[in-house]
Amino acid sequence: MPADGGIGASTKRREDVRFLTGQGNYTDDINIHNQAHVFFLRSDMAHGKINGIDTAAAEKMPGVIRIFTSKDFEGVGGIPCGWQVTDRFGEPMQEPKHPVLAEGFVRHVGEPIAAVVAETLQQARDAAEAIELDIEELPPVVDMAAALEEGAPKVHEDLSSNLCFDWGFVEENREAVDEAIRNAPHVTTLELRNQRLVANPMEPRVAIGVYDRADDEHTLYTTSQNPHVIRLLMGAFVLGIPEHKLRVVSPDVGGGFGTKIFHYQEEAFCTFAAKAVNRPVKWRSSRSEAFMSDAQGRDHVTKIELALDEEGKFLAIRTNTLANMGAYLSTFAPSVPTWLHGTLMAGNYTTPLIYVNVKAVFTNTVPVDAYRGAGRPEATFQLERVIDKAARELGIDPIELRRRNFITEFPYETPVALTYDTGDYHATMDKLEELADLKGFEARAAESKKRGKLRGLGVNCYIEACGIAPSNLVGQLGARAGLYESATVRVNATGSITVMTGSHSHGQGHETAFPQVIADMIGIDPEQVEIVHGDTAKGPMGMGTYGSRSLAVGGSAMVRAAEKVINKARKIAAHLMEASEADIELKDGRFTVKGTDKSVAWGDVTLAAYVPHNYPLEELEPGLEETAFYDPSNFTYPAGAYACEVEVDPETGKVDVCSFHAVDDFGNIVNPMIVSGQVHGGLGQGIGQALLENCVYDDDGQLLSASYMDYAMPRADDLPFYSVDHSCQTPCTHNPLGVKGCGEAGAIGSPPTIVNAVVDALQRAGHDVTHIDMPLTPARVWAAMQG
Amino acid sequence: MYEVIITRPRSLAEAIEALGDDNATALAGGQTLIPTMKQRLAAPEVLVSLSGIDELSGVTIGDGEITIGAATTHAEVAREVAGACPALAALAGGIGDPAVRNRGTIGGSLANNDPAADYPAAVLACDATIITNDREIRSDEFFDGLFSTALLEGEIITAVRFPMPERAAYAKFDQPASRFALTGVFVAAGGGVVRVAVTGAGEDGVFRWDAAEQALMKDFSPSAIEGLSPDPSGMIGDLHGTPEYRAHLVGVMTKRAVEAALG
Ligand SMILES: Cc1cc2nc3c(=O)[nH]c(=O)nc-3n(C[C@H](O)[C@H](O)[C@H](O)COP(=O)(O)OP(=O)(O)OC[C@H]3O[C@@H](n4cnc5c(N)ncnc54)[C@H](O)[C@@H]3O)c2cc1C
Repeated sequence: MPADGGIGASTKRREDVRFLTGQGNYTDDINIHNQAHVFFLRSDMAHGKINGIDTAAAEKMPGVIRIFTSKDFEGVGGIPCGWQVTDRFGEPMQEPKHPVLAEGFVRHVGEPIAAVVAETLQQARDAAEAIELDIEELPPVVDMAAALEEGAPKVHEDLSSNLCFDWGFVEENREAVDEAIRNAPHVTTLELRNQRLVANPMEPRVAIGVYDRADDEHTLYTTSQNPHVIRLLMGAFVLGIPEHKLRVVSPDVGGGFGTKIFHYQEEAFCTFAAKAVNRPVKWRSSRSEAFMSDAQGRDHVTKIELALDEEGKFLAIRTNTLANMGAYLSTFAPSVPTWLHGTLMAGNYTTPLIYVNVKAVFTNTVPVDAYRGAGRPEATFQLERVIDKAARELGIDPIELRRRNFITEFPYETPVALTYDTGDYHATMDKLEELADLKGFEARAAESKKRGKLRGLGVNCYIEACGIAPSNLVGQLGARAGLYESATVRVNATGSITVMTGSHSHGQGHETAFPQVIADMIGIDPEQVEIVHGDTAKGPMGMGTYGSRSLAVGGSAMVRAAEKVINKARKIAAHLMEASEADIELKDGRFTVKGTDKSVAWGDVTLAAYVPHNYPLEELEPGLEETAFYDPSNFTYPAGAYACEVEVDPETGKVDVCSFHAVDDFGNIVNPMIVSGQVHGGLGQGIGQALLENCVYDDDGQLLSASYMDYAMPRADDLPFYSVDHSCQTPCTHNPLGVKGCGEAGAIGSPPTIVNAVVDALQRAGHDVTHIDMPLTPARVWAAMQG
Repeated sequence: MYEVIITRPRSLAEAIEALGDDNATALAGGQTLIPTMKQRLAAPEVLVSLSGIDELSGVTIGDGEITIGAATTHAEVAREVAGACPALAALAGGIGDPAVRNRGTIGGSLANNDPAADYPAAVLACDATIITNDREIRSDEFFDGLFSTALLEGEIITAVRFPMPERAAYAKFDQPASRFALTGVFVAAGGGVVRVAVTGAGEDGVFRWDAAEQALMKDFSPSAIEGLSPDPSGMIGDLHGTPEYRAHLVGVMTKRAVEAALG
């Protein structure tokens, strides 16, 4: 570990001092003088027609300032969708309006119908109870297959059906894939469900709208992963506020996991209402509200077929998925089951022919969108499960089967439109076999058996595509936003540095890791570098943090801006030392003239930039501040191999995870401790999905898992001590840091590992079980054992 | 939560008087009542706190019996009866998390009679007596279906008296989300009698499992339970388990409790 705290140092996270001592500045910690509070009256019905909303009695309640319904939003835009998918017939997806407050109909439990702004939250809530709703209950559709049936009730009257789109990828391959599967010596088929999840960041969503009448300026404080994106979407599409009159601030954010990417009605409401009532308006989600208003994750029903030859070479993959959109299209919802899912179906393997069909379906449920991994976990899960099943059917060791099909030459063009720049899948698998002591498994299984437990081993690989880009390509695919990142590197006169990044940290430790990069480039103490993010008034237009993109894209922008700074500083140094610029070297915070002992310190050069007395003013502007926008030329491709061992209690079906080994290739690593932490968190969420978490609606569209009484979050004692390794490194070939991204890997790679291990345990014990749908609750595992 | 007035009586008599008000409700640890009020599912106008009343709190270990004041917290019970009745101590120590155990009380738990709560199984299996401000109620008469008991309006539990069993154990299988009992079985044996009480599984709340009691009175051993489970009809079916699964778990947990009771 470098002693200087540069790249490669496991520097402790500087932000943790404030987080762990209660000094974080979260949105809910912000209180604006004279603020009012809003309470949203939400639908308790999954589907209904609004015949009337009578607010007369409520308006007379103490403390009420104003009550809003959809009538107040006439002329205001709907919440926009940021991605338009084109279906396999070349038609655009069906895109219903998503009103700020329910318009004419309610379409899911939790949809806001009216908003009460009052002096206190308590008063707002009291008044909301006095609102009289006349809503006629309509039959809801909850199940996706049922929603697609002829004559099913429609979620949106004005759409032709509940089908949002029917997407084929790669459509030209469709027949070739059918043919290959028809003629294959062996086809393994698996039907499965990737269940719906609630993201559950520790900090619930909060929004505060502020309006400054004197300057006609709006400010929104919000728990967002990407304040600039919110400013663009809300300003341009919903409220019609130009950027220079709208500031969006996302201060400390307590976890996002995707669900804080999106633009939500509550943000638009608070911004709008602040002007309407001329008071700051604050909303804080309760945990119960979060369960029915934060966009939810996953919810795919899939059938995958894998065709193999006699030697186990993969010949073709065909997969059909129903993807639940919920009642409305959340910001990036259409991209998740399509471009973030279909493109990953090659996995780490050389399968030459792949066809992915996805039907996206509207149902009377909370909207679904990206959640840690977003599409990639769904791809990885089905692929790694079907491979495991195929291995058992063919009697080939699951690791051996994978190895026979590994991609070994790079760059590699997959049949699903990606070009993997680099990787070494055998190396990660070798490392895994060593770390996980796979040879010792039989002895451990025998020991478990003595205690009456069934031990199983699960192994799988994963690949993901991070740092989604380049912008012109994603534009062709339907993105309505660019996917670059920005950074301004502002060198202060005495040499300290402020970096304004468009990336947003909500637990990732940017304030620690980003300075390590700058410190390394210049050779100064990382303490000299400060990171500023999360405020549209402070930094250049940035795209925020999701899809494991911060270091790969945001870090690259920062490197580019720092390079510009260093180039300019080198010119100044050359002037100061009366040397040729070509001879100037920067090392350990000093510029030296090659081959001489002449040198000048970083701080002297920066001071000269701002006190330009001895300065080449004819050639060079004073000052030392540069901005860069970085648009990557490709995705990055982290990949890895995971193994776990589980014990199943044959009497109760309870699964204990005994060990979990994760070997990841993230390319170069800036802060190994932070990377391990990211993997730990991802594994916790992946194991949570595999064993515990399940968002369930009943046939009436009522949310059954609406609190922690029924929604099982993983706790520390549900999880083993992890062993993680990131020593296998094939640096990314196309970004300046050679980094790939590590935020989602754990959540992508781990669910199939657990399920593979449980199926292995049961099969070893003689049970004819080939698959169990997640979560593998004791009840489900026990039922599977009963046959 | 709606606005509410809290009173803090210093004696049982004061508390009873305060509870004479129709709109008053007893507040013990608040671990059930406060969340319910926050969700606005309960709206008492006056809360009468029982936590400052000395005579309602504490554990007395007597000759062959243990008396626990109604306002005694789960944590105190876990600590105080560890020697006298390890099964009861383990049950109390397995409720919720440390915050819940340091606030929640035995009286609150029994008065609430949640179908997945732990204490009702101990009370019913040990044939404990519920002592109120007014009378004594045998365990078999106390529990009265989901969230319902023999307590009358304004009547409060003051203590619970447990006869000390010769052998006892509680086996709990956690509901994965709440970690209340998906199925919990308390087995108590003493004076030739075996009682088996099941919580978490029955549609009507805690119940005694006669077949297992009969089998165990003949042969107090795990093998006596082998292959035995109650009829799934009458068992709870929900997100976390079917009636069949719960019926099966009743058998497994009973067997495990017997194993544990035998040490
Ligand atoms: C996170 C969490 C986890 C939990 N896990 C478990 C678990 O694993 N197992 C389990 O069994 N329980 C569990 N509980 C419930 C807990 O045990 C509560 O303490 C108990 O249900 C109620 O006790 P209380 O003292 O908090 O009562 P309160 O909430 O104060 O009162 C509950 C009800 O009882 C009434 N009441 C209180 N005291 C008396 C009295 N002396 N006489 C008459 N009526 C009275 C009140 O008026 C109220 O109606 C959990 C609770 C939480 C919040």
